[in-house]
Amino acid sequence: MSGEHDHELGFWRKYVFSIDHKVIGIQYTITALLFLLFGFTLMMVMRFQLAYPGTEIPFLAKIFGEGNMPGGLMLPEFYNQLGAMHGTIMVFLGVVPLAVGGFGNYVMPLQIGAPDMAFPRLNMASYWVYFLGGVIMLGSFFLPSGAAQSGWTSYPPLSNINPGQTAWLFGMVFLITSSLLGSVNFIVTIIQLRAEGLTFFRLPFFVWAQLVTAFLLLLAFPPLEAAGVLQLMDRLAGTSFFMPSGLVVSNQVLDIAGEGNPLLWQHLFWFLAHPEVYVLILPAMGIVAEILANNTRKPLWGYRSLVYATIFLGFMSFIVWAHHMFMTGMGTTMSAFFQTTTMIISVPSVIILTAMVISLWGASIRYTVPMLFAIAFLPMFAIGGLTGLPLGLTASDIHLHDTYYVIGHFHFVVAPGTLMALFGGIYYWFPKVTGRLMNNMLGKLHFWGTLIFMNVVFMPMFLQGMHSVSRRLYDQTVYEHGKDVQDLTIASSWGAWCLGIAQIPFIINFFASIFAGKKVGSNPWDATTLEWAAPSPPPHGNFETEPVVYRGPYEYSPPEDPTGFSPQNKAPA
Amino acid sequence: MSSAEIKYIDKPHPLTGVTNAKLGIWLFLASEVMLFGALFSAYVLLRVGATSWPRGSDELNVPLATLNTIVLITSSVTMVMSWASLKLDNFGKFRRYMGMTIALSLAFLVIKTFEYTPKFSHYEVFLNDKTSVRGHLGEKHEDHILFTPDPEKDGEHAGVHPEEMRIERSDIRRLTNFGPRHSNFFALYFTLTGLHGLHIIGGIVVNTWLMFPGSAMWKTQRERFTGRVECAGLYWHFVDLVWIFLFPLLYLL
Amino acid sequence: MLDSLYGYWLPPDISTHGYQVDRLINVIHWFMGAIFVGWGIFFTYCLIRFRARPGHRASHQLPKAKASKWSEVCVAAFEAVLLIGFSMPVWAQIKNEFPTEEQKPLHLRIVAEQFAWNFHYPGADGEFGRTAPELMAADNLIGLDYDDPAAADDLVTNNDLRIPVDRPIICDLTSKDVIHSFWIPVMRIKQDVIPGMKIPIWFQATQTGDYQVACAQLCGNNHYNMKGDLTVYSAAEFEAWYADMAGGDDEEEEEEDE
Repeated sequence: MSGEHDHELGFWRKYVFSIDHKVIGIQYTITALLFLLFGFTLMMVMRFQLAYPGTEIPFLAKIFGEGNMPGGLMLPEFYNQLGAMHGTIMVFLGVVPLAVGGFGNYVMPLQIGAPDMAFPRLNMASYWVYFLGGVIMLGSFFLPSGAAQSGWTSYPPLSNINPGQTAWLFGMVFLITSSLLGSVNFIVTIIQLRAEGLTFFRLPFFVWAQLVTAFLLLLAFPPLEAAGVLQLMDRLAGTSFFMPSGLVVSNQVLDIAGEGNPLLWQHLFWFLAHPEVYVLILPAMGIVAEILANNTRKPLWGYRSLVYATIFLGFMSFIVWAHHMFMTGMGTTMSAFFQTTTMIISVPSVIILTAMVISLWGASIRYTVPMLFAIAFLPMFAIGGLTGLPLGLTASDIHLHDTYYVIGHFHFVVAPGTLMALFGGIYYWFPKVTGRLMNNMLGKLHFWGTLIFMNVVFMPMFLQGMHSVSRRLYDQTVYEHGKDVQDLTIASSWGAWCLGIAQIPFIINFFASIFAGKKVGSNPWDATTLEWAAPSPPPHGNFETEPVVYRGPYEYSPPEDPTGFSPQNKAPA
Repeated sequence: MSSAEIKYIDKPHPLTGVTNAKLGIWLFLASEVMLFGALFSAYVLLRVGATSWPRGSDELNVPLATLNTIVLITSSVTMVMSWASLKLDNFGKFRRYMGMTIALSLAFLVIKTFEYTPKFSHYEVFLNDKTSVRGHLGEKHEDHILFTPDPEKDGEHAGVHPEEMRIERSDIRRLTNFGPRHSNFFALYFTLTGLHGLHIIGGIVVNTWLMFPGSAMWKTQRERFTGRVECAGLYWHFVDLVWIFLFPLLYLL
Repeated sequence: MLDSLYGYWLPPDISTHGYQVDRLINVIHWFMGAIFVGWGIFFTYCLIRFRARPGHRASHQLPKAKASKWSEVCVAAFEAVLLIGFSMPVWAQIKNEFPTEEQKPLHLRIVAEQFAWNFHYPGADGEFGRTAPELMAADNLIGLDYDDPAAADDLVTNNDLRIPVDRPIICDLTSKDVIHSFWIPVMRIKQDVIPGMKIPIWFQATQTGDYQVACAQLCGNNHYNMKGDLTVYSAAEFEAWYADMAGGDDEEEEEEDE
């Protein structure tokens, strides 16, 4: 039945300009994975300069051009471009599109028993707008001005006077628009299109995570868009929103009106970028919850408190932004407020993590590859979260602010944290998408390599930061304290390169399994949520018959069911 | 294929009471509130931090803006009428009212253009002795410029056009027209009204589409089409509302 | 000399207030370590005890874990202690309790630019000369107005901060161009320098020696190299240097600073 319908669509409508949420989800996933690889490559190049400053690698001059790396020696402006673009690409083009655009698009409608997203054309538009934003960001490397080089945070006045920023701003406008379209679509779909019987408290936790994430994107991104418009005006129309009076660059007074405020940008930027942290982490928690419940073979502990904690987290994330700005000359009242909210927001994170760990109690844990990634997420995220504490308190932040400690902290949240969960999600839902399993052996190799080397990369950063090495330094050995811990930098760099090698099994596994993976039925993991009730891969329209839901999402090992699990749509006896 | 159909496209969801599109447009408007909210906050922050801030009515054209306010409010009324006509099954009337809405929004843009244009040819020269002169720029030379100051507004020489004067470049601290680069006041004025203008253009595109090619849906899915016009209307009222905030903020306060 | 001071943990602390910062950092890390280890033991125990094996079945019954509530309450309570007991008082001291004039503080102006730190000493009269952006030039980096009588004995150094030990220092931080961040790691003082704002900070050294000033905020291509030297003199050494420098005429100063 659906086959006939598909035949009517040509190649372009079916695979390129498709309005099917599954195809769009796959497009997002592939594009985001490529961007992740690209962003990671930029970092591996940077790590060479960091580990062996001033060493020439002649063949890199051929790749990046003599203008950027004369004779293979990286110039500081190119280093700054790589740094700014690594951050931008990883956050806005890699992790968020993978977690929300990829997993959200593919899995969420299936989990709620919907035939598609509420607005399929809008869904296609949001992918292509994202794609264009990515093209602009990548293309900016080839412009005469080069890519943005003022950090992913783009603090003015530096970003107002630095080359390359205009393309970055245009790229961001596209990415923001894409996120806004996507988030409207997600919220409407979750609220309107749930299958019969699927009440809010029967939703899989992943869907909850996507719902809160979508609200964060919807409400937090517009202020950054506003900030982007103001910065574009500063750069193109000669305004001075972010430029105070009397600026002197290279001993020349700038011809501007002045009276602007550089901190205005920081407020608008962090009003987005703090919720953005939760946009990065919530879908990952959702994925981990799914995999944990499935592989512990028991219901999640404290499902309701997980949901309440997530909503509370989403709400609180709007009022902690200025803890990124403690060093901007903040007085005691404002810092007291933001320190307090920051400490409060750590509580729901603790609740979520605790609930997930207690879910292990009384389980029968299957150590499948997705489960390994999900388990590793827990301690890695714990490290990331705990090291946020000294940064959230002003007094300890004095020493640690803008050092490698910060880099270590948020990378532990996003890389060994979120990325581990996303890898787990790929292994977990791969059989749904392709009808085939990924190879177990290669998966385990990928897991151990990734886990070990991620720690080798990011652990030394805490010590470097403690030891007062600033972030974003082209060459830390100009400082005495930088020289002291240069061996840590070298270790971290080797870790990064080995981490790159550790991804090779994954790449092989991913592509080979599409064609040669072991064929499995529609529910290889004996899972309960609705996506496993659809065929693998699901046809256009997803379900053969409209699913009806009778119970909560994680009815594993119920005493009354001899099969060991009761899918949500299984009619009660 | 019954399961492949997306529900609640034309009929409201029994629990939420709205169609997908209506919920979607409300969410979109929520994000728009955040967008303009952020810009209004920027306005407040910059104004509070400024050493001096002009009165909007001294700098901007209040009569034209008042006229534009009337035009926009009228267009909101015709927008409601066009939707109501569909509800009453009168497609002809829908087209007439929609046409009026589009015409009024175009009129808004034309008036806006009349308001914008003179600002770009009107200059202010800030001199090194901390005074400034407003007027129109004549010939520009390497070492000096020719400048015709504006007539004084009050005092004994009110209304008299002064002679063109010569100003040495070395005396000039800054020369700028009354475009966005003049000061934060004008920067905000152009950014806020410009962004609002973009929203007007967006509305015109949507409304024109609904009036002509999009209205083919009226023949097949009446309820869904009426819903679309209602959503376009909600958006249009929002754009109107933004202007209701912008007008006093920029022109009067 | 520097090498011997630095270990792998925090750098040495030569300030009067820094021990409080260090104490908070250490307490938090002990706390984090305790949570992580305790939690890790439970986690590992679960992973081993509840592994899937023949004859073992997961229990559908959820454990009644009162301990989790207690642990959450404990974490929250401890955070409250860190916040109210440690962080807020230190911050209030740094922000609000500036040295009084009776303590004879040394006043300085610090003018950051791409990519250097300029230090402006008031000289013997204790008054800073007027500065203006229009006067800034390659040979007058802070735009000092030499026609101003107060500027006559002013001393300006470039990337060279020299201060006396055991005497409070009050600095006004300003930037000519972009945001920088003034950081003396051993002094446990860090403050963003924001163009358009004048931000006061204070500190007091407890040890003499040679140290470094760093820029902590990305400020452009040579951000990495925006470092200054910090020399903490004894009171007598400082007076000798200060009198010598501020007394000489301007030309000489520039040369000696280079």
